[in-house]
Amino acid sequence: MSHGTSRNAPVEIQSSLYPRPVWRELGLSDWEYAQVVKALGREPNWTELGMFSALWSEHCAYKHTRPLFKLFPTRGERILQSLGENAGVVDIGDGLAVTFKVESHNHPSAVEPYQGAATGVGGILRDIIAMGARPVALLDSLRFGRLEEPSVRRLFDGVVRGIAGYGNAVGVPTVAGEVGFDPSFSGNPLVNVMAVGIVRHEQVTTAAAKGVGNPVMVVGARTGRDGIHGASFASAGLDGDSESRRPSVQVGDPFKEKLLIEACLEVIAEGLVVGIQDMGAAGLTSSASEMAARAGSGIEMDLLKVPRREPGMTPFEVMLSESQERMLVVPRAGAEERVKAIFEKWGLDAVVVGRVTDDGMLRLFEGEKLVAEVPAKALSTDGAPVYYPEERIPEYIEEIERVALPADVAKDATPALVALLGEPNIASKAWVYRQYDHMVQTRTAVGPGVADAAVLWLKESKKALAVTIDCNSLHCYVDPRTGAAAAVAEAARNLVCTGARPLALTDGLNFGNPEKPDVFWQVRQAVLGIKEAAEALHTPVIGGNVSLYNETDGNPVKPTPIIGMVGLIEDASKRVTQEFKRPGDVIFVLGDDLTADCRALGGSRYLAALYGLVKGPLPKLDLELERRVQELCLEAAEAGILASAHDASEGGLAVALAESAITGWLGASCVLEACKSVEEGARLDALLFGEAYSRIVVSTRPEDAGTLLAMAKAKGVPVARAGVVTLASDGFWLKGTVPDRDGRREAVIRAGLEELAQAWEGAIPRLMETSLSGASFTEGPSGGAR
Amino acid sequence: MRFGVIVFPGSNCDGDCYWALRDVIGVDVEYVWHQERSLEGLDGVVLPGGFSYGDYLRAGAIARFAPVMQAVEAFAQAGGLVIGICNGFQILCEAGLLPGALVRNASLRFRCETVPVRVERTDTPFTLACRKHEVLNLPIAHGEGRYFAPSELLETLEAKGQVVLRYCTPAGEVTAAANPNGSVNNIAAVTNERGNVLGMMPHPERRVEEILGGVDGRKIFESMVAALSAAGRGGVKA
Repeated sequence: MSHGTSRNAPVEIQSSLYPRPVWRELGLSDWEYAQVVKALGREPNWTELGMFSALWSEHCAYKHTRPLFKLFPTRGERILQSLGENAGVVDIGDGLAVTFKVESHNHPSAVEPYQGAATGVGGILRDIIAMGARPVALLDSLRFGRLEEPSVRRLFDGVVRGIAGYGNAVGVPTVAGEVGFDPSFSGNPLVNVMAVGIVRHEQVTTAAAKGVGNPVMVVGARTGRDGIHGASFASAGLDGDSESRRPSVQVGDPFKEKLLIEACLEVIAEGLVVGIQDMGAAGLTSSASEMAARAGSGIEMDLLKVPRREPGMTPFEVMLSESQERMLVVPRAGAEERVKAIFEKWGLDAVVVGRVTDDGMLRLFEGEKLVAEVPAKALSTDGAPVYYPEERIPEYIEEIERVALPADVAKDATPALVALLGEPNIASKAWVYRQYDHMVQTRTAVGPGVADAAVLWLKESKKALAVTIDCNSLHCYVDPRTGAAAAVAEAARNLVCTGARPLALTDGLNFGNPEKPDVFWQVRQAVLGIKEAAEALHTPVIGGNVSLYNETDGNPVKPTPIIGMVGLIEDASKRVTQEFKRPGDVIFVLGDDLTADCRALGGSRYLAALYGLVKGPLPKLDLELERRVQELCLEAAEAGILASAHDASEGGLAVALAESAITGWLGASCVLEACKSVEEGARLDALLFGEAYSRIVVSTRPEDAGTLLAMAKAKGVPVARAGVVTLASDGFWLKGTVPDRDGRREAVIRAGLEELAQAWEGAIPRLMETSLSGASFTEGPSGGAR
Repeated sequence: MRFGVIVFPGSNCDGDCYWALRDVIGVDVEYVWHQERSLEGLDGVVLPGGFSYGDYLRAGAIARFAPVMQAVEAFAQAGGLVIGICNGFQILCEAGLLPGALVRNASLRFRCETVPVRVERTDTPFTLACRKHEVLNLPIAHGEGRYFAPSELLETLEAKGQVVLRYCTPAGEVTAAANPNGSVNNIAAVTNERGNVLGMMPHPERRVEEILGGVDGRKIFESMVAALSAAGRGGVKA
């Protein structure tokens, strides 16, 4: 491993092999090329150079972020496997374990939305298969520019179709997700996909090439020229030239993936496999070197034996192809015929291409001819350079704190709520999830749109898993440290709102160019925030992904550290959803005594959507309070006294209350009385729409209200009584009051459910269906509509 | 009584159908590989949902040529009960075992949600456990579920009562707004003329436990079991 402060450190290179610095075209800096020469003790040949350039890309090697991962808490009593494998593994009892991970496919989706998103789904599923697990759920976290832009609508439509096209066919339900819109993602959308798998403890497999003499097999699809150098592409900023990178994007085949899942799980179940690894970014190069490096072994392969889709491929192309639906398998010696037979049954190739050696070298032949010879360790993540970039607080941080607040909300606050419900960030995402099969595998006890997390029934027991993925990019922009910690807190809160105890998390760090001090500051702050919240809430980090260089024409995206989290419900019959259940139930806000502090407007969707303002600082995040609020919600859920629970996030209490009313199709009659005065900094808009953390809107039968309040008191959690659930025909009525020296100020929201539902459910369809004439749509590489 | 669930490469609801029949309904069930040529010993056959052969040419168009389909045809001709769900429905239409065709949804988008369907006939082996005009809530999940039949064929189907389920409002009204995919006459399920082969786009196997949202789907399988029992095909496994 080499250390440096910058990949652009000046260095003098005298190359006798290359007349011009070709390594630069492959994405390696001069300094990095010098490190390659040092690692090999000679200059690399063309194949070797290609291999280094792909594996030493940011996408594969995490050059700028690796030291930061050491900060994460990774252990816990249920954690069976943490960072380092394809995905972490957590014990869920009964001999079962859950494994999950998030991965980004941002740049491919920017140039080819359908295939970029589809292959993102395929790739993360193979990480789960490589753990020996059956994938049981997909989640996605997406970011786009503003839907008013036609090019953004094309990307949004293509990405959603791509996720649907792959996920639906492969038979893994897409059960939850989140979508955000902000101009900073205009040319560089974020497409992060999380997969969840279930595995019996004894079937957990690793990705290590152990056992000298064991065969090495390439299984699944054949190798073609597609996606060559995808990893390097993913590690550069997008510019006007990116369109010409389209050949760097792979094409997915969900049908083949479905067969690959079944065949891989069958060979694992039969105990034939020593190690298995997905061929993802940088294809055969990364899978072989990672498997060897993990085991401390070596691998030699004859590239002529790799099944190919097209003739005349060079070693460079075979090693760097990112053809999809392939895995590298190390079976037990003697098991190769049985492995072949099983893959053949599923109509797939399984070919012995080499064997495990003991000298730590990745040695590649074409027949008898040696074409590359590289220490596996040098190529692997551990061997790649590490940088400690400079960081600097961006200037905007101070500027946004000086932004003046607009006048408080008008007495009739109905238009403000309707506008927020119709804002695409807050609006119902039914247009998206209706295109995803969220029920296949018959585990979906709570699907998308009716709770803060999806709930998957474990048919094997009484238990259920809750799964969620979350991040507020706007909050992370205002204050990356608090925003990232809040993303962890919100993900955990989403889980407890269904009655699930959070187990662990996986992160997807999406940022701009880390070589810019402003951006690296955001990265490091976000990592610190995740660390702090993960520690406080006992949710270790068991895996993750980093996507940097998310920029368009030099402008970085809003920092987006996505948090995927899984929780366990011991008794699935106690699961809780967000919608109000019965007229007469009492509505409470857990975690809030309604200070209505104007600081709650920091980073709020209210200011952004209605006034175009981004203001700092963020509300204060008290992780100790957060933990107590979550414990309270869990205890009440387990006691069976929560009729509904819904996290208050974007749009504040007013939006949370309205969503519970709309999804339950029941009215609500609520009064929120601020406990602080105007003179103390309280405001009506902060009360109704502010985004203070650690708050959950719950409803309960009147006879259970006393129990709930007693539980809250015992835990030291503030609770405010908001009102009651009413008949649908009574509509939605919410009054906020704030005392001032002359008496009280009031704002009232009064609307029929139809009006609210139309705003909330209609917003995205109105933007999408008017402009996209489906009739002109063709699926596949030409993708997208228009 | 023994059911078979056919597994085509790319089937993805095979496990769900197997589970619903064995663990919920309580009958014997086995997987039948697409290369099998015999369905001997089976009383009922399920063609499950999914994307057989990737559905690359046209949904169901390749699967109809699988070796097992000849056995399915013979089984149906012998009077055996055959149900095709979603992709299974598409395959049965492609194979000519059911009339009509399934084309892309009118929206040209995949659509997944639970919808109400009205039971049009209760004298079929697939619906005899239902009440006439009973509304069942069943999940759909398809991109090519728009049932189509030319007007002459459609008239025949209606005249002969081959339409078994129709998309409807929660109150049971058959309206255009309640049609999720643009199917002619809101058709969600049809039988062959003899009444022993059914194709339906909704997924009954996804609605067989309260935890999955309801148990309306059981009625389809329970009807089949009752019909087979009445025909002397053995009882339900204890």
